[in-house]
Amino acid sequence: MDLRLDGIHHSYGSTEVLSGISLDIPAGQIVCLVGPSGCGKSTLLRFVGGLEQPTGGAVLQVGTPPAGCLNPLTYVFQDFALLPWRSVRGNIAFALAPHRLPRAEEEAIITDVLARTKLSDFADALPKQISGGMKQRVAIARALAVRPAVMLMDEPLSALDSQTRELLMDDLVTLWTRAPFTAVYVTHNLSEAVRLGHKIVVLSRRPGKIREVVDIDTPLSERRHGDPALEAAEARLWGLMRDEAAAADAELLHV
Amino acid sequence: MSDPEKNDPPINRQITPQSAANTPSSPAMTPVRFRGGGFAPAPVRGVGILVFVLLIGGAEWGTRAGFITALTLPRPSDVFATLVELYRSGLLAEHMIPSLTRLIVGSLMGISIGVSVGVLIGLSSWFRAGLVPLVAALFPIPKIALLPLFVIWFGIDEGSKYALIAFGTFTPTVVATYGAVDNVDRTWVRMAQSFDHRWWSIVRGVILPAALPGILSGLRISLAIGIILLVAAEMLGAEYGIGAYILEAGSLYDLERLFAGVVILSALGVTVSFAIGLIERRVLRWRS
Repeated sequence: MDLRLDGIHHSYGSTEVLSGISLDIPAGQIVCLVGPSGCGKSTLLRFVGGLEQPTGGAVLQVGTPPAGCLNPLTYVFQDFALLPWRSVRGNIAFALAPHRLPRAEEEAIITDVLARTKLSDFADALPKQISGGMKQRVAIARALAVRPAVMLMDEPLSALDSQTRELLMDDLVTLWTRAPFTAVYVTHNLSEAVRLGHKIVVLSRRPGKIREVVDIDTPLSERRHGDPALEAAEARLWGLMRDEAAAADAELLHV
Repeated sequence: MSDPEKNDPPINRQITPQSAANTPSSPAMTPVRFRGGGFAPAPVRGVGILVFVLLIGGAEWGTRAGFITALTLPRPSDVFATLVELYRSGLLAEHMIPSLTRLIVGSLMGISIGVSVGVLIGLSSWFRAGLVPLVAALFPIPKIALLPLFVIWFGIDEGSKYALIAFGTFTPTVVATYGAVDNVDRTWVRMAQSFDHRWWSIVRGVILPAALPGILSGLRISLAIGIILLVAAEMLGAEYGIGAYILEAGSLYDLERLFAGVVILSALGVTVSFAIGLIERRVLRWRS
C-alpha cells in the first residue's frame, strides 16, 4: 500500500502553517521529513495518520493494506506514550485490544514482537522501571504488533541521549533489513535522516512547503558512520536548511 | 523535621593563609557554602502517635491533679471505660451498624454519580458549559441546611439520610474528578485513538486509570464530609447511630459519653483515611 499526499495546506486562523504539500510515499521505503522547528512537520504527520484534519487537500491510500494488517497507519510517538500503569506486555496488549483477537493469537503476537525488539526479559516490567531507550523499543514493539502498512514515526529518537539513539538506529536498520516496512519518519536530526531515509523531504520554514526531495541510494544495511557519501548528503541538507533554521529561530511568534 | 542547627551552613570558616602557611603566595581557600537542601519533608515514624499520647496523657494528668475540673473535660480513662462498657453491652454494634450502613450506602451513591458526572464534565464541552456553574452553585450550600427538605422529599427514614450523605459527597467528588480528568496527558488519548480505540474504551482504559490518583485524593475530602453529614442526619430522627448517641449524651451533659462518641467518629475518620492510603499504595504502584 502506498500513500499519496495531495495538495495539503493548513492554517490555524490566519496563520498558514503548511502550503501545497504533495508527496508520494512508496511501499517498503522510509521517507524522512526534515525541516526547521515550527515548520509543521509533526502536524503533517498527524494528518497522514488521521489524527488531525488539514484545512485543504487530502491524504490518500493507494491500494489496499496487505492481508493480516490490523492497523494500517500506526504511530510511534516522540514521548513514547506508554501507559505507566500497564506492564510492557500490557502496553502491547492495549494496542491489540480493539481487534479482539483470540487469546492464543494475541499471546503469540506479543511474544514475537518482544523477541524482535529484544524485550522478552522485560515483559512484566512497568514503564517506570525501564530506561528511555527501552521505553521507545516497547513503543516500537507495540507498533509492530498491529502489523502496520505504514509506520508514522514522530521524532522517535529525539527524547533519547545520543548513545541510545545510535543503538536504536541500528535496531531500526536491523528490523527494516529483516522485514522491510514503510515509514514516514519526522526528525530534526539530519544524521538520523541520512542514516535511515531512502528519501529525505526537506520542508521550508512556515508556511511549510517542500523545498527539495533528496534520494539516498546506499542500502540501509551498508550505511556506516563516516561514510563520505552520507556525509556529503548531510552537508547538502544542512546547506539547504541552514538559512531557514536561522530565520525560523529569529522569528517572533504571534500567539 | 530537621535540626536547623545541623542544616545551617558554616558561613565564614575561612582557611586563612596561616593554615596553609607552607605556600605563602597561595590565595585564601574557602569551602563552598552549602545552600541547597530542605523543602522535602520525609516521613518520621511515631511522632503522630506521640502527639496523641501527650495530649491524652496531659488531659489525664490534669483531671487527676484537679488542675482541670470534671465539668471542663472528662477524664480520658473514664471515657475509655465508657467505651469498654458500650462495647460490652452490645450497644456499640447497635449504634455502629446503622451508622456504617448509612455512610457506605450514601457515599457510594454520591461518589459513583460524582465520578460519572466529573468524567462527563472533563470530556464534553456541553456538560462542562452546563454543569460547572451548577456545581459551583451547589458546592457552598451547607447540606445540613437542606435536611428538612430531604425529609420531605425522601421521608424521615433512611432515604433522607442516604440523600444527604450522597449529596454532600457528590460535589467534592465532581470537582476532584473533573480536575483530574483535565490533567490527563492527551498524548495517551491520541495514542489510544491511533490504535482505533473507541470513546468508551478510551475512558475506561486511559482516562479513568490516569485520573485515579486525583479521584482518590478527592475521596479523602468527600468521605470526611460524609462522616460529618452522617452525624448531622442522625441527630434528626434516628433512634440508633453514632449521631443519635452523641445527641442524647449532649442533651444530658454526659461528657464521658459525648467524648466516647467523638472518639468513635475520630477513629472512623482515621480508618477511612488509612483505608484510602492502602488503596492508593495498592492501585497506584505504577507512579514513580
